[in-house]
Amino acid sequence: MQLYGGLLLLPAAVLLTTFAYLPTITTVINSLFLPGFRGAPAEFVGLENYQVLFDDPTFWKVARNNLIYAVGTIPTSIALALGMALFVNGKLPGRGFVRMAYFTPTILPMIAAANIWMFFYAPQIGLFNKVLGALGFSGVNWLGDPNMALGSVIVMSVWKEAGFFMIFYLAALQGIAPELKEAADLEGTSRWSFFWRVTFPLLMPTTLFVLINALINAVRVVDHLFILTKGGPNNATNLLLYYVYENAFSFFDRTTAATITVVILLVLAVVATVKFTILDRRTHYQ
Amino acid sequence: MSNQSRIRLEGVTKRWGASAAVDGISFDVTPGQFVILLGPSGCGKSTTLRMIAGLEEASDGQIHIGERNVTRLPPGDRGLSMVFQSYALFPHLSVADNIVFGLRSRKVPKDEQRQRLAKVAELVDLTDYLNRKPGQLSGGQRQRVALARSVISEHPICLMDEPLSNLDARLRSDMRREIKALQSRLNMTVIYVTHDQVEAMSMGDRVILMQHGKIVQDDSPDELYNRPASAFAASFIGSPAMNLLPLVTGENGAVIEGEPSTPVAPMEAAGGHLGIRPEDIALSTTSAAGVPAMVVSDEYLGADTIAHVTVGSHTVRVRMSGKHALAGQPCRLRWSSQHAHLFGSDGLRRDDITPHALPNAPRAVPRPPAVGSFQH
Repeated sequence: MQLYGGLLLLPAAVLLTTFAYLPTITTVINSLFLPGFRGAPAEFVGLENYQVLFDDPTFWKVARNNLIYAVGTIPTSIALALGMALFVNGKLPGRGFVRMAYFTPTILPMIAAANIWMFFYAPQIGLFNKVLGALGFSGVNWLGDPNMALGSVIVMSVWKEAGFFMIFYLAALQGIAPELKEAADLEGTSRWSFFWRVTFPLLMPTTLFVLINALINAVRVVDHLFILTKGGPNNATNLLLYYVYENAFSFFDRTTAATITVVILLVLAVVATVKFTILDRRTHYQ
Repeated sequence: MSNQSRIRLEGVTKRWGASAAVDGISFDVTPGQFVILLGPSGCGKSTTLRMIAGLEEASDGQIHIGERNVTRLPPGDRGLSMVFQSYALFPHLSVADNIVFGLRSRKVPKDEQRQRLAKVAELVDLTDYLNRKPGQLSGGQRQRVALARSVISEHPICLMDEPLSNLDARLRSDMRREIKALQSRLNMTVIYVTHDQVEAMSMGDRVILMQHGKIVQDDSPDELYNRPASAFAASFIGSPAMNLLPLVTGENGAVIEGEPSTPVAPMEAAGGHLGIRPEDIALSTTSAAGVPAMVVSDEYLGADTIAHVTVGSHTVRVRMSGKHALAGQPCRLRWSSQHAHLFGSDGLRRDDITPHALPNAPRAVPRPPAVGSFQH
């Protein structure tokens, strides 16, 4: 009997091992070695690679960018998603259409979305600058100005993610019994008070889930950088994963790439654990 | 008692598109009354209640509470509380927080909240459960929390929408008594929606029976049982329900369809129905006088037996106390004229003619309690 159970688990186990666990372990090992020159065997250097990485100002700049990117995208997209979900959950004409409109950015592949936003952001012919020009303002170099570029990337990401998170909130909102609202109405509870005392607490499991997902996305999704900025100008929009890619495939420095990857994994694991342990205690699961 | 909790409906109507779920209903509830809205599902009783609560807007007509016209007021301004069928408890809040939810909304001072909570928790026997979440309570306890939430608001009016339908049969009969006791103790005005005629008969001071969005009969439980205003009212109240037998023209008066030998009512009754409650029929041997019939089967229910008897082309149910095994035997049926009801071809009660008394029908068995005790 145990054999059957094992066999049933085998396909998933093989795939996970091949594509997730083995690469992770190899990456950890790689981050502890320096490759030898001209066929010499790799040399074990312990944590020296990490030492070198932490001394690299570009790494810190990229890490800071990623932190700004996370702080800029996560709360905004979640708040926006919740707002949109509350809006389309109510009675309004053309509700199906509005829901679809909000969800459309999610269906688009990131590359396609980034290409659309390229045209919005383009310095001369871009939509935003045309609008600004029509209003009599001088245009902004949205993606070329180091002070603006990261912000522009953040705005695009929020646009892309909010619709996706909205779907989770919408599903959760529809799981809340309408009698709760009626019972609160009978006591003269205001909308605002009902939202904070009932709706929001009941949505906490969804918020937690979305929060973890948003965090992972903040370091996972870099497709738009390939189209919009390639990490520039002067690393102003470079994010951790894109930096890993650059190290591995542009600079052919596999060791640094592996080292950064391990750092990302550790940070994500710590943050996720903290979130689950702290927020879980205060979350009501139905 | 002040007039504050008087509820008056005038021609209240609710339309969904072209069809009217509630069609011009009017009634007047005096303070302290326990009024039941009774009817089969889809008859508009819940919609009526929700219009009184303000959860649905009336398409037409007016609703007054006390001296105020509340037809267009939001639910929170109507000064009433409601117990929902699903209880509508907030799953993430403790029992205590659930009960004082409305007080917090109305910004009642914390001290007073605590005092009222302690009092109400005592009243509904929940003191030991105040820190639990609704998910950790049994159905009956959740019901009590919902009751407590409406009691603590100290509104003189409480609306209840099938509050007992999610409970099992034994708990239901306990809660029936408890709700009734609570109502008379606090002198609340209650409008209570149910499809269960046992609840209606046992709890109500007054029962409003509805069908297709209209009031069929608005009377005391006693009147409803003993003088049903229509064939529908007759068939809805009592378990088993009243026997309704179609009458046709016979030689010496109206006879039961398929049983031409015994006239049971004057000729004018033909085309309508004769209604007799199962407990009002006496079953006797073929040697006695009465309507000839044949026992098809009998159901033994403990306290009494329901015999299914064919008369002409119809089946009637006869209730006898104790245990009887009569299946397959021919017999005679008798009833007294005050226990027979006549309904016209339009289904309405006819009091202008009296059914024939079948030759001095003494009650063969003591009359069982008016409301069946075996179903619930």
